[in-house]
Amino acid sequence: MDAFLALANGLTIALEPMNLLFALIGVLLGTAVGVLPGIGPALTVALLLPITFQLDPGGSIIMFAGIYYGGMYGGSTTSILINTPGESASMVTALEGNKMAKAGRGGPALATAAIGSFVAGTIATIGLAFLAPYLVDIAIQFGPEDYFALMCVAFVTVSATFGDSPIRGLTSLFIGLMLGLVGIDLLTGQARMTFGVPELLDGVEVTTLAVGLFAIGEALYVASRRHIQQETLEPVRGSLWMTKQDWGRSWKAWIRGALFGFPIGALPAGGAEIPTFLSYSTERRLSKHPEEFGTGAIEGVAGPEAANNAAAAGTLVPLLTLGLPTSATAAMMLAGFQQYGLNPGPLLFAERPDLVWGLIASLFIANGMLLVLNLPLVGLWVRLLAIPQPWLYAGILVFATIGTIAANPSPVELMMLTAFGVLGFIMRRFDYPIAPVVVGLILGPIAESQLRRALSISLGDPMVLLQSPISATLLAIALIALVAPFVLKGLGRFRATED
Amino acid sequence: MNASHRPDVPGLVISLILFAFAGLIWWDTTNVQIASAYGPGPTAMPYIVGAGMLLIAVGNLVLALRGDFPARDSLDWKPILLILGGMAVLIALISYGGGLIPATGILFAAVSAAFGRRAFVTDLIIGLVLGLLIYVLFSKLLALSLPMGPIERLI
Repeated sequence: MDAFLALANGLTIALEPMNLLFALIGVLLGTAVGVLPGIGPALTVALLLPITFQLDPGGSIIMFAGIYYGGMYGGSTTSILINTPGESASMVTALEGNKMAKAGRGGPALATAAIGSFVAGTIATIGLAFLAPYLVDIAIQFGPEDYFALMCVAFVTVSATFGDSPIRGLTSLFIGLMLGLVGIDLLTGQARMTFGVPELLDGVEVTTLAVGLFAIGEALYVASRRHIQQETLEPVRGSLWMTKQDWGRSWKAWIRGALFGFPIGALPAGGAEIPTFLSYSTERRLSKHPEEFGTGAIEGVAGPEAANNAAAAGTLVPLLTLGLPTSATAAMMLAGFQQYGLNPGPLLFAERPDLVWGLIASLFIANGMLLVLNLPLVGLWVRLLAIPQPWLYAGILVFATIGTIAANPSPVELMMLTAFGVLGFIMRRFDYPIAPVVVGLILGPIAESQLRRALSISLGDPMVLLQSPISATLLAIALIALVAPFVLKGLGRFRATED
Repeated sequence: MNASHRPDVPGLVISLILFAFAGLIWWDTTNVQIASAYGPGPTAMPYIVGAGMLLIAVGNLVLALRGDFPARDSLDWKPILLILGGMAVLIALISYGGGLIPATGILFAAVSAAFGRRAFVTDLIIGLVLGLLIYVLFSKLLALSLPMGPIERLI
C-alpha cells in the first residue's frame, strides 16, 4: 500500500522537534479558544495568519490543523459546562451534556466527549490517509471545467446545508461571491468593484472578512442581547472517571458517531451539524435507556461528540485533495496554504508530499496530545471560563484589530473590518449563516478562473461544461441540490394545506 | 409555516440593500472596457454574480412580504454604539498619528463598558498596558511594523 509508506514518511516529518512544538502550540491554542465562548477555530486561524507569515509553511499548517482539532475538543467543554455551545456543531452535545453536568455527572460527560473525540478523530484520520490517495488519482484527471462544476456543487451544498433556509444560505454565498469580485482581475488587469479606492485593488482580504464577521460581529451580537439571558457555569463535581457502565454505553456510540461524521464531512456537503443530529437520534433509538434522554444520557454526549470530530477530520479530505473548503475553518486553512503560494489539490500531493503527509501524520499526534491535555487538565481549561465576559470580549476585539493592523495598517482596512463586523451582526440577528460568505469569497475567484480557463480552451463554447461526463454529472448534482429544498418545502406546504 | 402574513419591515430593507448590491455590480461591470479575444472576459463572472444577487434580492423580498423572516429578540442599542464608537476612535487615532497603544486602551475600555463594566478608568489602564505589551511583542520580537504615535516613539 502506497498510503502506508507515505504515512510513515509523514510521521518522520511530524516527529521533528519543531513540528511537534508547532502541533503542541496549535492544540493548546485550539483548546483554549474552543473553551472560550465567542471565539472559534476559524477566527483563531484568521488572527494567526498575518503573524505566521514569516514562519515555515509546514510548521504553521501543522499548527492550524492542531487549532482545528483542539477547537473541537474545547467546544465540547463549553457546551457541557455552560449551556451555550461555542459552535453550531456542539449544539447537540449541550442537549444531554449540560443535563449531565447539572446532575453532578459533568466529569464523565467531559471524559466521554474527550475519549470519543480521540477515537473518532483517529478513525477519521485513518480514513483521510487511505481515502486521499484514491481521490487524488481521480482528481488528477479533472479538467478546468470539472473543477468549475465541483465548485458549483460546493457552493450549493455549503449554502443549502448550513442554516435552515436555502434562500438565506444563498444570500450569504452571493455576498461572499460579490466580495470576491473586488480587486484587479488577474487575467486582464481590469479593476473591478474598486470604485476608485486604491486600497481595494488588492481585493478583500479573507482574514479581514473572517475577523470582522466572527470577532466583531459576534461581540456586537452578544452585547446587544446581554440583557436577555445570562450564562451560568456548572462546576465539575464528582469523579472525572467513567464507570464500567459508562464505558459500555459509550464505545458503540463513539464508533457509530465516527461512521456518521467522516463520510458526511468528507463529501463536499460540509458542515458537522448534520452528522451530530443523525448520531443523536440514532443513539436515542438504539439506547437501552431511552427514558434518560433529555435528562442526561451519556450516549447522547458520546455519539454526537464523536460525529463532530470525525466530520471535522472529514472536511480535510476535500480540502487537501481538491482544494475545496466546506467549512469556515477549512476556508481559513485554505487561506493559510495560499499565503505561502501553495494550492491544495492533487498537484500538492505530487509536489510537496512532505508537507501533505507531514500534516496528516501530525493529526494523529495532535489527537493524542489533545486526549492527554483534556482529560487530566480539564480543570485548568475550565478556569478560562472564569475570565469576566467584558474583558474577554474586549481582549478579543483588541487582538482582532491589532491582527488587521499588523497585516495592513491602513484606515480603509480598519473601516472594512468594522463594516464586516456590522454585516456579521446583521447576519446573526436575521439568522443568515456566516460560513458561506467566507467560502464564497475564497472559492469565487478560483471558480471564475477555472471557468475562464475551460472556456478559453474550448474557444468560448460553453457546451464544454456538459461534454465532460464528470462536469455534466457534477452540475446535475448541483442543480438537484439547489432545487430539492424548494421542491420538498413546496411539497410540505401542499401536504400541510391538505390536512 | 408560522407566517404572520405581515410584511417584515427590516426584512424589506435587507432586500432593498441586496437590490442595491445587484445594481452596484451591474453599474460597475458596464464601466469595464476591455473585451477578451475569446472566451469570457472580466465581465462574465460579475454578470453571473449580479444576476444571482438579483434573484436572491427577489427571494428575500418574498420572504419579507410573507413575514417569513426569523423572529428577533429585543435589541439593546447602547452596547452596539459603544463598540462601534470604540472602533471609530481607534480608526481616528491611528489615521491621525495617535498611535496604537492609546487606540487599544480606548477600544478595550469601550468594549468592556458595552458588556456592562462601569470602571472606565480601570479598564482604560488595563487596555493601555495590554496595548503596550502587544506593541513590544509585535514590533520588537516579531518585527512587524505598527502605527506609531507619541507614546510609541518613547519606547
